[in-house]
Amino acid sequence: MHLTSIVIAVATATLTATAALAQQPAVDPARADAAIKAAFPTAPADWQPRLVPDTTMRECSASRNNPSKALAGEIQKRDQGAIEYPADGNFMGDWKKGEALAQSGYGLRFTDYPPRTVNGGNCYACHQLTKAEVSYGTIGPSLLGYGKLREFKAADVKAAYEKIYDSQAAFACSNMPRFGTNKVLTIEQIKDLVALLMSPDSPVNK
Amino acid sequence: MGGQFTEEASVKGVLKIFAIGGVTLALSAAVLAQSDEETEKAVEKYRQMLKQDPWSNPGLLDVDRGEELWKTPRGPNKVSLEKCDLGLGAGKIEGAYAQLPRYFADADRVMDAETRIMWCMEKLQGFNHADLIKRPYPGGGQPVKELGAIATFVANKSNGQRFAAKTDHAKEKDAIALGETLFYRRSGPFDFACVTCHGTEGQRIRLQGLPHLAAPKEAAKVVGEWPAYRVSSTHVMTLQHRLYDCYWQMRMPELEMGSEVSVALTAFLVNQAKGGEINAPGLKR
Repeated sequence: MHLTSIVIAVATATLTATAALAQQPAVDPARADAAIKAAFPTAPADWQPRLVPDTTMRECSASRNNPSKALAGEIQKRDQGAIEYPADGNFMGDWKKGEALAQSGYGLRFTDYPPRTVNGGNCYACHQLTKAEVSYGTIGPSLLGYGKLREFKAADVKAAYEKIYDSQAAFACSNMPRFGTNKVLTIEQIKDLVALLMSPDSPVNK
Repeated sequence: MGGQFTEEASVKGVLKIFAIGGVTLALSAAVLAQSDEETEKAVEKYRQMLKQDPWSNPGLLDVDRGEELWKTPRGPNKVSLEKCDLGLGAGKIEGAYAQLPRYFADADRVMDAETRIMWCMEKLQGFNHADLIKRPYPGGGQPVKELGAIATFVANKSNGQRFAAKTDHAKEKDAIALGETLFYRRSGPFDFACVTCHGTEGQRIRLQGLPHLAAPKEAAKVVGEWPAYRVSSTHVMTLQHRLYDCYWQMRMPELEMGSEVSVALTAFLVNQAKGGEINAPGLKR
């Protein structure tokens, strides 16, 4: 009985210490902010916001993408509040346009101005999506058969929209960009990607 | 004699490059029909073929070019870099790269190889700082700039040695700590940090494998390969250029060469790679 309590106490203390160590930023974030500002001296005024992380990014950086359960809840709640929904309530666009967006990594790099085309989603950089495309990355999970596995349910169509719009609304400190919240993709483009994942006709589900 | 040997080796190297180019095309076609495991194997085989004959590395041409640039009187002051102190004393190159980045009292800051070479080009040769940082890296197909060629030469002169940067000075410790914080710092419209792509073993972007730089074991394998010859852009890419390119992909603005951020990230990476062997210029896809 006593021994068990001691073991638990020691284990808890060790875990707490490890967590504290892992979550301790190496230097004051304000100092990193100043160094970043100085390291990009040619950034024009409208690029300055890119140098400054928002609250969610700050919390994820400080916890090294491993937030406590309570913090994860706060992040998800905050980011859920950032989601804008299609006015007509329809989440599905054109999967063919979605496939083109999934292939394209174009947009927002300093060599992409003035824009020659629309921003891409670059999904294949990190995800497997279709059998036909073998050049895919593995940072994110495979999305092959995404809609089929979910039996094309309406609730999952909406959830897919929300995950693409703001991945951190579902998974705090996800590696995936928040495409809608950060204005990388438009609502229409996100709908096209939802169709790529959730349409029965999409090659994702063939 | 030495010159002739280098020239013959260079011709041989160029022939090898054409051969490798052909293999690349054949592999790209084959890759389309393969599963991801087979694909990864094919890419790895390609890397091994590139490594088999060290003389097939076109980056060695820039080592020679860098040596020539080091020894030639240049700049407004018409002096060579032979009095440049890379940390081991004026003009001592052998092994210097293995102990960089380090604190330099004369500049009162921590410097990596490229930043230190730039400092010497300014202080000894009289080059203008603003000119040196203006367009410091080559476009695709263009050779590495002069400073980068010198850095490639300097790195090459530590080949076979292991990374052993000193961390005694408070500013050296501080650079590593700042680099570590920056490695995890998310920013920009994609929310990316270095760790987004370099925090897990065995991952890739499209077909490109990503080193897990948060793990010292993997960092020790790859950091010593920089500067490296990149087959895809047909030039040598330095570590400062590599970081600049990462930030470009991260949708951040242009990272200044020799900035505190680029030096701190280099200090962190080299510290992660402590004990790793230097083998520069490496060969990259």
